[in-house]
Amino acid sequence: MYESFWSPIKLSIEIATVASVLVILIGTLVGKVMAKTRFRGKSVVETILMLPLVLPPSVVGFGLIVVFGIQSPIGQAIEWLFQQPIIFTWWAAVIASTVVAFPLMYQSAKTGFQSVNPIIEDAARMDGASERRVFFYITLPLSFHSIISGSILSFARAFGEFGATLMFAGNIPGVTQTIPTAIYIAVDTGDMKMAWLWVGSMIIISFLLLQVIYRKSSQ
Amino acid sequence: MKQISKSTLGITLLMLFLISACGTTSDSPMESQKISLTISAAASLSDALIEIQTMFQEENPHIDLTMNFGSSGTLKQQILQGAPVDLFFSASNYQFDVLIKKGLIDETHSKPLLSNELVLITPTNATNSFQSFEDLESSDVRRIAIGIPESVPVGTYAQETLMSLGLWEKIKDKLVLSKDVRQVLTYVETGNVDAGIVYRTDALLSSKVKVIMEAEPSTHSEIMYPIGIIKRTQYLEEAQLFYTFLEQEEAIQVFEKYGFKILGE
Repeated sequence: MYESFWSPIKLSIEIATVASVLVILIGTLVGKVMAKTRFRGKSVVETILMLPLVLPPSVVGFGLIVVFGIQSPIGQAIEWLFQQPIIFTWWAAVIASTVVAFPLMYQSAKTGFQSVNPIIEDAARMDGASERRVFFYITLPLSFHSIISGSILSFARAFGEFGATLMFAGNIPGVTQTIPTAIYIAVDTGDMKMAWLWVGSMIIISFLLLQVIYRKSSQ
Repeated sequence: MKQISKSTLGITLLMLFLISACGTTSDSPMESQKISLTISAAASLSDALIEIQTMFQEENPHIDLTMNFGSSGTLKQQILQGAPVDLFFSASNYQFDVLIKKGLIDETHSKPLLSNELVLITPTNATNSFQSFEDLESSDVRRIAIGIPESVPVGTYAQETLMSLGLWEKIKDKLVLSKDVRQVLTYVETGNVDAGIVYRTDALLSSKVKVIMEAEPSTHSEIMYPIGIIKRTQYLEEAQLFYTFLEQEEAIQVFEKYGFKILGE
């Protein structure tokens, strides 16, 4: 009972943490590129990047199964590389969370970078700073606030991911059964006690995460 | 600009009103005559019941049947929570008895109707060479789909069989737990798992899976499909009509066509 209660919580935290790290890196990078460059069809690309935020998770799940499933070329390449298909694995859960959390990070990072006054960046360049130095010593610190709130929101979204995860990573206790999946199954099987416990944990953790953002923004 | 948007709004509202008015004038007299029955049935019954539904509605045009398919555990839970259901057709006595014990189904209006068999399946095009339940242990078999044992009867039976064969603990980590039997079938059909445990009737539906072997009936509790009328129903008479229809020759032929065994004969 103790083990079956903790296992989804542990898994959720692990999966959300790894997914967040990926999202923060990719989201910041893509946010940086999109904040400063202009090209034809940029609005279309940006819309595509934001789509996972508004699409139903079942659409994302469907997409992941089609793209990474065992019948797709990518799925077969992965199976050939790792001697194992990716669907229904721990990594599948990470990918699902990453995809749905990405728009939040990307949007926050981009807004953050755009709010940095270009004159300050140009001043640094004029003094001979390389682009890398400008980014790490000027742009990033000045948009730090957006990066942090984007990161926390992404973690919270990855942590709460349900639909796409259930479709793409399945429901395997101890491997892919996260808190949201466990709650769904518990209600389905009439195990209201466990459902309450997990719902409670979920609310507490999510509450704390949002608290961090609000405290930060009121400072 | 303001004028235009106001008139657009006005026209839109008028049209909405007209559409809804049309709806009520044409539908409401029909609805008052037509009775709608909701039947919650195990996912494994879906194909057979959809066929029977058409037959029943041809004979009884005043009754509209709504089918709600899912795992018996989910359906039981919905009924417990007060879902407006008239009949429950379960794939397991266990889920069914809960409702009888809670007084939601009258025992006099319930009976076991069908039986089924449990089979081990694999994708038709699979290259693995496994031949029995024991081979599930082998490293060639990486993922096995079964129903969630607590709520999906086919999963309960699968667990019982795997346990009595002494395999449960050994293959536990390979199991993908599915929300109903049709999901198990899909997982196997698409090749995303190497094996699955379903009813024979489900395996027969798909050309993309092949049956490896049947589970010895002594390894699991008897597979039974009981049907019962929910006490809350407002249409007891019509519910009974469908209830008895399922035992008539034409319905039985459909069940047999899909591979079900008829109980009580």
